[in-house]
Amino acid sequence: MVDIAFGPEPGRRPDLSDPRAAYLDLLRRKRMYGGVLLVLFVGLMASGWILANDRNAGGFWNGLPMLGAFPSEVLSEAWANRANLPGRLVEFFPSLIETINIAAVSTLLGALGAVMLSLLATRGLARWPRAIPLFRRLMDTFRAVPEIVIALVLIFILGGGPVPAVIAIAVHTTGALGKLFSEVAENADLKPVEGLTSVGASWGQRMLLGVIPQVAPNWISYALLRFEINVRASAILGFVGSGGIGHDLKLAMQWGQGRYDQVVAIFLLLFVTIVLIDRLSDRARARLVKGA
Amino acid sequence: MTAVSHAPSLAETVTRSFDRRRRLALAVPALILAYLLYAAVSFDLAGLAARARMDNAAILLADFWSHKTHVTRDNRSGALTVAIEGEAKGTYAPDHFPDWVSVADGITTIDLGQGHVVTYDATGARYDIPGYGVVDVHPVGGKPVVTLPPGPVPDWISVAENKVSVTTDAGRFSYSRSKVETFRYEPGWEQFFFTLDSPFYGRGPLELARLALVGDRVDPARSNIAGMVSDFWHNKMWHHGDVVWALFETVLMAFLGTMGAALIALPLGFLAASNMMPVRLVRFAFRRVFDFIRGVDGLIWTIVLSRAFGPGPMTGALAILITDTGSFGKLFSEALENIDEKQVEGIRSTGAGRLQRARFGVIPQVTPVLLSQVLYYLESNTRSATVIGAIVGGGIGLLLTQAIITQKDWEEVAYYMVLIVLMVMAMDSLSGWLRRRLIKGDAGGKS
Repeated sequence: MVDIAFGPEPGRRPDLSDPRAAYLDLLRRKRMYGGVLLVLFVGLMASGWILANDRNAGGFWNGLPMLGAFPSEVLSEAWANRANLPGRLVEFFPSLIETINIAAVSTLLGALGAVMLSLLATRGLARWPRAIPLFRRLMDTFRAVPEIVIALVLIFILGGGPVPAVIAIAVHTTGALGKLFSEVAENADLKPVEGLTSVGASWGQRMLLGVIPQVAPNWISYALLRFEINVRASAILGFVGSGGIGHDLKLAMQWGQGRYDQVVAIFLLLFVTIVLIDRLSDRARARLVKGA
Repeated sequence: MTAVSHAPSLAETVTRSFDRRRRLALAVPALILAYLLYAAVSFDLAGLAARARMDNAAILLADFWSHKTHVTRDNRSGALTVAIEGEAKGTYAPDHFPDWVSVADGITTIDLGQGHVVTYDATGARYDIPGYGVVDVHPVGGKPVVTLPPGPVPDWISVAENKVSVTTDAGRFSYSRSKVETFRYEPGWEQFFFTLDSPFYGRGPLELARLALVGDRVDPARSNIAGMVSDFWHNKMWHHGDVVWALFETVLMAFLGTMGAALIALPLGFLAASNMMPVRLVRFAFRRVFDFIRGVDGLIWTIVLSRAFGPGPMTGALAILITDTGSFGKLFSEALENIDEKQVEGIRSTGAGRLQRARFGVIPQVTPVLLSQVLYYLESNTRSATVIGAIVGGGIGLLLTQAIITQKDWEEVAYYMVLIVLMVMAMDSLSGWLRRRLIKGDAGGKS
């Protein structure tokens, strides 16, 4: 207000009577902030890479020439034994099915859990509105726990096999999908719910008949996306823990030379599966969301 | 039925559609149930009950929140050691035993609380259990011989030829040829702040605060605050300094990998977007490259990279970088294809070249979308970096797997779990906060 009364002070505040100068001033300041941010970012990245390089066992420049060594070693040995390859593919197919089963079961269980949690945590739909923050924190916690933590602890108790991996992925899936499901459910039309309330429907009936038909396409689309992610996660968990094709890969890798044809067979199976599932789920999701 | 023939075909279609829906509503849950049943059989869920080690679960749960102290006497040399978790690092000095262990005239008395008292003396050892009686063990020709109160032997006492062991609520007692050992369980993570060799061990928070602010120097060479910080940081049981480094390394891997991938994928995204790249072949080639990178999967990239670069955070960062370059390339090119062409047109009308059109017409439009995706991946990669760290050997993932493999430091596992969850939550709220600050009107995370 003072500025208007006493006139602009040149140099300190933009002179509104001269829009060109004001604009250039604004631009200059914006560029300066952008420059500072850029320098900060570049500095962080550079020092980060240097630090990471220092704490690594092998340096970047020493390792770079060797990058191709391992793949070419594996591929050349597998090429020499290429006659074995079809047999190996058949041999590891059951493990692949187990990996996909782990992903599918955990996605299913996780999605069921997420449906319950998300409905309980959505404003306007919750069974107990006061408990919404509780269910939200629960989902946050589920989401934050990495699969590997649960899987490794459960392997100690339950022994090896697919069940620890299923539980671990399902817990994480519950949290991750719960958040997304709840965001979708927040935008659901409440009129059907009110209609059902007026005829005396219970909470379960209101959700089942009033909300779920509205949100199902989006929910299924998110669940399919999660399935893609979970196939990868179950392969990784197999490598670190046990169960599925990841475990076979670890065994083959530990053996080292002489079993690289197995490594290649497992790699091929994994690659084809992931690409195929990505494609199918992409197409299914496009249809679901467009149809909705 | 007559009503149906008179009714218009609309009612018939509605009824049929209702029937179909009803059947579907039954069929979908039935299919899911059938699949889950198949999975339960193929995962051998029935055999799981037999394989599950509930005793392991009990050990794990007890270790999560409590610790045990071993009071061990070597039966050959007669030497007595009191050590937390039986570790050399947690061994009490012989003249500074905890106050529930007392030694007088060659007789060791261990007070387990609730009236349970264990005594070691020259002739053997005794465990006085309130409400039951005294379990007396003395060696005869090297073998432990046990004298129990009259009555049947309860199942919490096991008597074998060479070993006698008693498990009660208060503790555990075992006598074998070579040694006699008593475990006392106490809640809490022992020596979490200071180890036994630190002058600050066993002092309460108030006393520590007093020492830090006004007290005399415990160690004349350094001030009390510096001593506390250093003793905490270099704690030999918990290695707080190393753990903080490991957490930092994990976040570093996620940051470097995500940002590096975004920087690489941005120009590549332009080359793969149909409205930016007129040459179809180039576009097609880049898309297939993205598909290939994504299809190979992080696991394989991690293995290949760790062979070349060895274990460490850089390997992990590079693994995240390569995997996410594929994902970002796809996402960025899709975002670029969905831009509003009018703004580009406007810039073109001023005579701007190709680069200028991209800089002033395209980038401002896609920045919010890209930034939101990058921040989302940053959060999700913090979690992945834990797993990748376990494979490449770096960060908190490595510490966690090591602690789990030893199968006895479960309190450390619990500690790391808490830290990991806190770290991921912190990154989650940081990326959410940045998203809200940088992108106005963003409704929240995507996918």
